Amino acid sequence: MHRFLLKLSSSSTNPLRNSKFQRLILPSLNLFASGSPPPPSANPYSADSFRKSRAFSSKSRALGVRCISSEAGREAIEYDVVIIGAGPAGLSAAIRLKQLCQEKNTDLSVCVVEKGAEVGGHVISGNVFEPLALDELLPHWRQEQAPIEVAASSDKFWFLTKDRAIPLPSPFDNKGNYIISLSQLVRWLGGKAEELGIEIYPGFSASEVLYNASDEVVGIATKDMGISKDGSKKETFQPGVDIKGRVTLFAEGCRGSLSEKIIKKYKLREEVNAQHQTYALGIKEVWEIDESKHNPGEVIHALGWPLDPKTYGGSFLYHMNDRQVALGLVVALNYKNPFLNPYEEFQKLKHHPAIKRILEGGTVLQYGARTLNEGGFQSIPYPVFPGGAIIGCSAGFLNVPKIKGTHTAMKSGMLAAEAAFGALHEGSNMNTYWDSLRGSWVWKELYAARNYRPAFEYGLIPGLAVSAMEHYVLKGKVPFTLKHGKADHEATDLARKCKPIEYPKPDGVLSFDVPTSLYRSNTNHDHDQPSHLRLKDPKIPEKVNLPEYGAPESRYCPARVYEYVEDEEGKPKLQINAQNCLHCKACDIKDPKQNIEWTVPEGGGGPAYSVM
Amino acid sequence: MKILVAVKRVVDYAVKIRVKPDKTGVDTQNVKMSMNPFCEIALEEALRIKEAGFAKEVVAVSIGPSQCVDTLRTGLAMGADRGIHVEASYSFLPLTIAKILKSLADVENPGLIFLGKQAIDDDCNQTGQMVAALLGWPQATFASKVVLDKDKQSATVDREVDEGLETLSVDLPAVITTDLRLNQPRYATLPNIMKAKSKPIKKMTLEDLKVDIKSDIEIVEVTEPPKRKSGVIVSSVDELIYKLKNEAHVV
Repeated sequence: MHRFLLKLSSSSTNPLRNSKFQRLILPSLNLFASGSPPPPSANPYSADSFRKSRAFSSKSRALGVRCISSEAGREAIEYDVVIIGAGPAGLSAAIRLKQLCQEKNTDLSVCVVEKGAEVGGHVISGNVFEPLALDELLPHWRQEQAPIEVAASSDKFWFLTKDRAIPLPSPFDNKGNYIISLSQLVRWLGGKAEELGIEIYPGFSASEVLYNASDEVVGIATKDMGISKDGSKKETFQPGVDIKGRVTLFAEGCRGSLSEKIIKKYKLREEVNAQHQTYALGIKEVWEIDESKHNPGEVIHALGWPLDPKTYGGSFLYHMNDRQVALGLVVALNYKNPFLNPYEEFQKLKHHPAIKRILEGGTVLQYGARTLNEGGFQSIPYPVFPGGAIIGCSAGFLNVPKIKGTHTAMKSGMLAAEAAFGALHEGSNMNTYWDSLRGSWVWKELYAARNYRPAFEYGLIPGLAVSAMEHYVLKGKVPFTLKHGKADHEATDLARKCKPIEYPKPDGVLSFDVPTSLYRSNTNHDHDQPSHLRLKDPKIPEKVNLPEYGAPESRYCPARVYEYVEDEEGKPKLQINAQNCLHCKACDIKDPKQNIEWTVPEGGGGPAYSVM
Repeated sequence: MKILVAVKRVVDYAVKIRVKPDKTGVDTQNVKMSMNPFCEIALEEALRIKEAGFAKEVVAVSIGPSQCVDTLRTGLAMGADRGIHVEASYSFLPLTIAKILKSLADVENPGLIFLGKQAIDDDCNQTGQMVAALLGWPQATFASKVVLDKDKQSATVDREVDEGLETLSVDLPAVITTDLRLNQPRYATLPNIMKAKSKPIKKMTLEDLKVDIKSDIEIVEVTEPPKRKSGVIVSSVDELIYKLKNEAHVV
């Protein structure tokens, strides 16, 4: 029923990736279930058989398979379009929908649910913003007090050694781009969205996908609130709410928890022969520095130290306004040495003389971390499923050599909105989203950029060489597409094969310990709730992660969620400090046995970024 | 009976604050704001009293800039019937707030005024007491339990005091300020948030209420507390006594 794509072979390694290639697409499923409904008892997902087969409990909900009207005590609210995630992609989609409604003199009800306590609260990004998509979405943003003020004025590129910063010709050209806080831009977009009548509900996390009897997505359910750590209902218990949409768009950002479930369920990567997604972990601070050192518009990128030549990654330092600078380190998560600690590498970076002299005398305003996509073109799944689509980083449109994903995320949201509008208003179907993506500048850009990152599989020097070739000569116009290496979680070597890394102690001025940094992310969760970080097999951390891999989760987690403490018998035991979680998803990605599953906690928890 | 609940919009309790470089106050730009936790408890108690049948209406009031409307909407989503927003461009000190609340009480005639015991931004713990004094009403502060008696028109309140618990009986109308252990505030559910959009919020100005806002207090400077110095490990009792005598000058 879902095999609505026919794969045709061709000469090149990745036939479906060639945008000029004509692919035969069978007439797809109508957006709504067609034909007569199956007899109630035969369908495994029907309400009757569900009730008969298991006693209703909150555990059965966790399976993510529910029928619409079976639950007593859960209200259902219906919209035309439901969007999960009030980030750049989600809000752009919502705004575009309402714009189309205005153009065609009609209306659609649009609801956006957001797990952060405020719109923008979970948004963190470099960010040197390319306004291409925003110019299309809201052409008058310059006259509407958008928080986009600092134009990029210079592009510096350094190769760092322990003591020196060697300037290199910059591969970036940020003329026309702006240094912004994406958190603030998203907040502004949220205001614009509300003006258009879009209902945005921050503080509500989508914990389940809702399916109908034909296995189509019909919406999401928000998480029950007020469940105690032991699973019992507290005095303040409130059941979640079913939010149903004729179209559901997932805009959860990189490694979205529900998006990943959808991709697996509908085999969306297999549909188009896409590779697995690859990721990096970005750790960032915003500093307020000395006036004399502040140069608004200055953009600095650096490679090399503190990372070793086998680990892909780099650092950035952008001068915003108000004496603020954004500083960060991005580490690809396919690093081999399980003793690598990205957070500590970031602390080392700040002591580099070239960075230190900018930060000295300043104070840290905020800290945060988030994973980002590096898979690019090769990893884009088929983004349409029965009942909706996936937009933004949940699908993965980040342009790795540019290190920009905001403009492509926004554009993907806009294209999905146009497809949704067509499906709801004009009777076409959501597959037009895929077609319009492939005909858009998003596709062109990502196709041209596709070989930069995979080249680094061969090492830093080959990677740089290919990057130079691509940048100056080839620009993606080669007949081959390089493949990614192993999946990030498979790339970790065994601990006994690797050398432990000694990290210096924080000095409390430039470098800090994790609790101090975490405090600056304004992270909080209600303590008395079940841990949102689920272990598929609770024995694996002590049986595998610790002895075989040296407990990498205690090192890559930028929030010190995972700690090994001694139990009563003196044996090491994993302790999960779920309350610290920054919602970065590194654990979901990097756990060697994929034993850790990141699920949403109660809405409103997590970091509260305001200038990130 | 009507219950008036005063709710304050403050910096969220989990946010790391910092002092503005010009030392005029705390930086509240781009900072997450929420309803004061003690005000949430006050509102929750008022709602429970209404649900028990002792009150007909719960009115939430907030004094401050236009964003206070967001705080009122949260209160309405929790279950308040209507809101009053008193427009004020900067934050007032407790005496001014108390005067405003007194004016409102004269207009609304509530049987009970609930407030949080203190706001987490200034920790003043004064407004409730001042309102009661201005109105000449009895007050029960730091309430950890409130039981109403409809016939006697009084409330029996357990107060958390330094020596333990004190039980007071206050005749209504009265002012009650709430402490942490009084109740667990309810979540604002999505359907209630949606319903709250249509509940009325009345805007009032200081001129409407005829309140004199001239403050007797001027904030001169706000600075961070001095950084905690690291401790020193001494090697013997004698060295400790020496340091206490000659360095700390406390012996």
